[in-house]
Amino acid sequence: MNGYLLAAYAATWIIHMAYLATLVGRYSRLKREIEELKKNQP
Amino acid sequence: MNRAFPVLGVLTAILLSYALYMALVVAPTEQTMGDVQRIFYYHVPSAWTAFILFTINLVASLVYLARRQPAADIVALVSAEVGVVFCTIVLVTGPIWARPVWGIWWTWDMRLTSTLVLWLIYVSYLVLRRFSASGETPVLAAALAIFGALCVPFVYFSIWFFRTQHPQPVMGGGGSIDPRMLHVLLINWLAFSCFAFLVCWSRYRLEKLQREVEQAQALASLAPRSPR
Repeated sequence: MNGYLLAAYAATWIIHMAYLATLVGRYSRLKREIEELKKNQP
Repeated sequence: MNRAFPVLGVLTAILLSYALYMALVVAPTEQTMGDVQRIFYYHVPSAWTAFILFTINLVASLVYLARRQPAADIVALVSAEVGVVFCTIVLVTGPIWARPVWGIWWTWDMRLTSTLVLWLIYVSYLVLRRFSASGETPVLAAALAIFGALCVPFVYFSIWFFRTQHPQPVMGGGGSIDPRMLHVLLINWLAFSCFAFLVCWSRYRLEKLQREVEQAQALASLAPRSPR
């Protein structure tokens, strides 16, 4: 496989996966905040 | 709706794999550029998807300015964020294609420069939304989105109206393409559009949940504390 072609396809998926990883991180943080809210409820 | 998400996720993964197979194996090899031309099957659909997302951002921003609906504001934010991801891919894959074909990574021609400006406008839109604490932020962002969207047709038509090094459009505008290549291109566009839709959907749900949590936290901080 051509090196430039591989680099372009790999870069595309690395960017997509990096963005999806930030979404997963945000979701985990939000879940922790929801748990804390539930704990603090009277 | 929650049950449909995993099904659509699997279907999109299958479609993306099929599109990759079509791009690497089925599509004919271009005579002058060789295999490097196959970058086109990721570069062009990413650009089209980004343009559509920025157009959705414009429509949602106009709806928000007219009706102040929070859902429209969330759609505007989500479409801009995912649009920036796709536009980043365009700006990364373009130079990787240009290096072996033009002999340079970058040139300040009208198409490339206007795409970079478009990306910078939407990055500034996201920075504004992320760091401004003002209650008027969604209104300011919606106004900025209108200027950003004005740049989209300029980027698209720049290769029609200016002399640029960038190849001519594949449909109309003097460019032409082998029908087999067009078929593979459209399959890849469909696959990336489905992927973008699913990512937008997830991001929409996340943003909605985040706003609900912030509201609950604000209410909890106002609630009277029980005496110890």
